[in-house]
Amino acid sequence: MRDTVKEPPQGCAAPILTVRGLGFVAEGQTLLRGIDLEIARGRRTLIMGANGAGKSLLLRLLHGLLPPCSGAVLWHGERPARRAQAMVFQRPVMLRRSVIANLRFALRVQGLGWRAREARAREALETAHLTDKARQPARLLSGGEQQRLAVARALVCDPEVLFLDEPTSSLDPASTQMIETLVNAAHARGVTVVMVTHDRGQARRMGDAVIFLHAGRVAEAGPRDQVLDAPRSEAAQAWMAGRLYTCMDV
Amino acid sequence: MLSSGEEDVPLFSFGDMMQEAVGLILRWDRDLAEVVILSLRVTLSAVALACLIGFPLGALVGALRFPGRGVAAVMLNALMGLPPVVVGLFVYLMLSASGPLGVLALLYTPAAMIIAQTILVTPIVAALTKQAVEDLHREYAEQFASFGVSARARVAALLWDARYGLLTVALAGFGRAVAEVGAVMIVGGNINHVTRVMTTTIALETSRGNLQLALALGVILLGLAVMVNAGAMALRASVARGAYA
Repeated sequence: MRDTVKEPPQGCAAPILTVRGLGFVAEGQTLLRGIDLEIARGRRTLIMGANGAGKSLLLRLLHGLLPPCSGAVLWHGERPARRAQAMVFQRPVMLRRSVIANLRFALRVQGLGWRAREARAREALETAHLTDKARQPARLLSGGEQQRLAVARALVCDPEVLFLDEPTSSLDPASTQMIETLVNAAHARGVTVVMVTHDRGQARRMGDAVIFLHAGRVAEAGPRDQVLDAPRSEAAQAWMAGRLYTCMDV
Repeated sequence: MLSSGEEDVPLFSFGDMMQEAVGLILRWDRDLAEVVILSLRVTLSAVALACLIGFPLGALVGALRFPGRGVAAVMLNALMGLPPVVVGLFVYLMLSASGPLGVLALLYTPAAMIIAQTILVTPIVAALTKQAVEDLHREYAEQFASFGVSARARVAALLWDARYGLLTVALAGFGRAVAEVGAVMIVGGNINHVTRVMTTTIALETSRGNLQLALALGVILLGLAVMVNAGAMALRASVARGAYA
């Protein structure tokens, strides 16, 4: 269950999301269990771990796309939870419309009027360096451009929290850099970032805090340097050392 | 012209009849034009009404989850195969003087034919729309949930984004309606200058032996079918090029 807790913000370290005892079971298999964590307001929290560790599932539960089987995600936002968050998926979902119409749609859902929609959409296009492609069908953009549009579309509604599920996993370094620039710019404006990544380099560039998942549990969580440079859990140590392992090994 | 010899019954070769039929079309014979125009009026009206009902109905069943959705989907698919004469009989009973809608005095009018064709075509439009919207929704569902799109906005967005596919659906409905004969014959009565459409005229004129007019109408019907299919194919190709598919 997603609850909305009306609490005033308590400075930049105050949590915007609190997760208590989160669990998820699908077809008799426990995919996440006993997840307790806090997402700090205004920080960039990265979720890392091996394939199947439950990273994307955790992100979906945090975003409210799936109801948890146990536990709760408590929202300490200033706006209703749904309006205050946005998500970018690993494979961007482009509506069968032009680039600018994709942005307009997201803004219309937020209830903005035509003039405001137009102004915000133009601004977002400029930020994402897509102005010259405004009238093109979004599906004709390259993979990197589509992901840039997906990030711009998520940010155009001015979310408090931006969730990203491996947004650069299939992109080249140049496209990755553009996505990171967009995300960092949003973070600089105060947006809380929660991102799943496999990329340790990206974790060093982007992370303030890292949550390391292993076999559906939080193996380790803390400041970036602590988790990346001095991991305490066996799973995180193996991962950071670049050793090949499976969930069964550690 | 051929003769059967002993019985002196005139027989036309297929070539002669075809020649006369083409002549009728080229001269745009008044009777022929009247029948063609009424056919198109009835069919286009029925298809428009079927789309007005079928698009949102199909989208609702395709995009939303509600109790009874499975039953609704099965019903839509089942109704695609509605026998036209049964629909004709049903509409006849409704509109006949002793029927519940008899007071409207619509029986044996083009309006009755439009009603019958609408009933026939709506399930086709709705079922095909459901399929198109369902496929698209599978792709969009998570993004819509992330945006927090309301059910109403979801249906509207899906219908809009599936618009080119839905034009093909409408063309399929048109194909079904324009070729229909049983239902319009029952509720229209095939009255000359009132409710005579292409299919019913073909049936009547063939039974009368006036094969030239029947053939001319047949050629027009075939031409329409070809045009509809060519239009659908061209549309699909242009949509694929524009990546809106």
